[in-house]
Amino acid sequence: MNVADDNGRRKTLLEINQLKKYYPIKGGLLQRVQSHVKAVENVSFKLYEGESLGVVGESGCGKSTLGKAILGLEELTAGTVKFKETEIQSLRKKEKLKFVKEMQMIFQDPFASLNPRQKIGPAIAEVFSIHTSMSSKEKKLAVLDLLKEVGLKEEHYDRFPHEFSGGQRQRIGIARAICLNPSFIICDEAVSALDVSVQAQVLKLLKTLQQKYQLSYMFISHDLGVVRYFCDRVLVMYLGNTVEEGKVEDLYNAPLHPYTQALLSAIPRPSIEKKRNRIRLQGDLPNPADPPSGCPFHTRCPIARTQCMEEKPQWREYGEEHYAACHFAGESIFKEAK
Amino acid sequence: MPEVVQATNSPIAVTPKKDNEWLLIIKRLLRNKLAFLGLIIIILQIAMALLAPIIATHDPVKQDLSASELPVFSEDHWLGTDNYGRDVWSRIVYGSQISLLVGIVAVVLGLLGGVTLGLLGGYYKKLDGIIMRFVDLLFSFPGILLAMLIIAVLGTSLVNVAIAISIWSIPSCARIVRGSVLSIKEKEYIMAMKSVGASDLRIMIKHILPNCFAPIIVFATMRMATAILSTAALSYLGLGAQPPTPEWGSMISQGQAFMWSSPHLTIVPGIAIMLTVFAFNVLGDGLRDAIDPNMNV
Repeated sequence: MNVADDNGRRKTLLEINQLKKYYPIKGGLLQRVQSHVKAVENVSFKLYEGESLGVVGESGCGKSTLGKAILGLEELTAGTVKFKETEIQSLRKKEKLKFVKEMQMIFQDPFASLNPRQKIGPAIAEVFSIHTSMSSKEKKLAVLDLLKEVGLKEEHYDRFPHEFSGGQRQRIGIARAICLNPSFIICDEAVSALDVSVQAQVLKLLKTLQQKYQLSYMFISHDLGVVRYFCDRVLVMYLGNTVEEGKVEDLYNAPLHPYTQALLSAIPRPSIEKKRNRIRLQGDLPNPADPPSGCPFHTRCPIARTQCMEEKPQWREYGEEHYAACHFAGESIFKEAK
Repeated sequence: MPEVVQATNSPIAVTPKKDNEWLLIIKRLLRNKLAFLGLIIIILQIAMALLAPIIATHDPVKQDLSASELPVFSEDHWLGTDNYGRDVWSRIVYGSQISLLVGIVAVVLGLLGGVTLGLLGGYYKKLDGIIMRFVDLLFSFPGILLAMLIIAVLGTSLVNVAIAISIWSIPSCARIVRGSVLSIKEKEYIMAMKSVGASDLRIMIKHILPNCFAPIIVFATMRMATAILSTAALSYLGLGAQPPTPEWGSMISQGQAFMWSSPHLTIVPGIAIMLTVFAFNVLGDGLRDAIDPNMNV
């Protein structure tokens, strides 16, 4: 589904370079900064036009922070965000507004992402008020069109958010996100709060819109099954670091990083075969304020060795567009775990 | 687009339209007997203030020394007359105009200041320290002393009483609003508005403010009681309404010289003040419970 230029190469829409986001921990008598929570640590990746990039990882690994940092909802600690060849992280507010139109976000909780005291028609129309000088009649017509486009009805215009079901509200969120014709949408756990049948409907809607408007998605999720269905490429994060990146088929069929292997083995699969080999990771996610030395994953990695505790693994290419950060990438974790 | 799946209208999720939130609140309020009583007293009082020229039996400032200090239930003066022969009932009726008016003006001004400060303080972290220290400063004065100070500077008049009381209401209002803003600004719909590029002002006015209406309304109702009581107190001290204006507080202060011979001159306006303050307080309490049983104001 990728858009290729004349040379058959895909056009880069978004380029993230060495992005860092630290949150200060203040304490002591004078509220001085004592240390930092390293929510996102040196993340770099590219997103091509028309593709869907999945970002997966446990809760607390920095997926959502990454999304918010890209949109400028969180200030970056370091790094650059390049959108359509422009570095947007340092733009001033007015200039940034142009890019806001192009980059939108669909939020996780459809119940919390709508103002409970605003009817949904005016809520969507408000986005037009911010960015265009349409008359109120034009706005209303545009909103009615949008409602139909996302599978809602015209009479929903004058309803309050609490009068909708979760799936309908997520459609409202989608309508709000696409109303300015963006080229890039971050879906932050956009379907996680919905039940399975509604998930499928919303994913289908997102796909339809992608084809119609050449959208690129960054699809943040912890649901590996959904990501496999929805995305072209996947980025795996652990404790603020990217540990593996690759095309969906490559990554799901031949995961390189032990963390990815463990994640994939945890996908529930109905099967009549004998019990699958399942890796259960021991322990919890380490404290991001005090990440382990060397490879961030070594505390829970079944194949960790002394090298992993001392040296941080490099981000290396192992196959076509298949990257991983592991000293022993490709080594299976299954034989170790008995 | 035929392949777009229509969202189903689940019967559980779609609540009937007329059940909107404020209607529910009013229903819950009316179920509370004490709050209902308070509401009735307030409605009666508003009616009394609006219809004063019709209800009052006499001119409230007209003196008639031939009929001075008549007791309660005298012929032609059912609440008696004061030492100048002015009809107490008519003075009470006209006094309610003053109490309500000064109360409303004071509360509205206080809300304007308090809500602005609270919004700014809650929304902008950098302003928060400055604004809240200023609020602490106002808090550190005893209320009536602060009001007297302001009146001493501005001069004695009912307008200045309203201003003084409004300044006195600013700090508590600012704190309440700031608290709500702090919790609301972390909500996801605020993040969503930021992500579509909404300006801070738009977010504050259109998205944060409507969501802190509940505590503001409760505060305003409770504050009305305080404002009316303070107006009376300041007038009693001679800092508010000046004679011959029929104001409840000044009626008490004039009547206290005749406390033994004509006790109704102090008791009747005292009851009027008490009923009003009581009504606003129980209504405020009831509103708070009706809006959210878990909310603490």
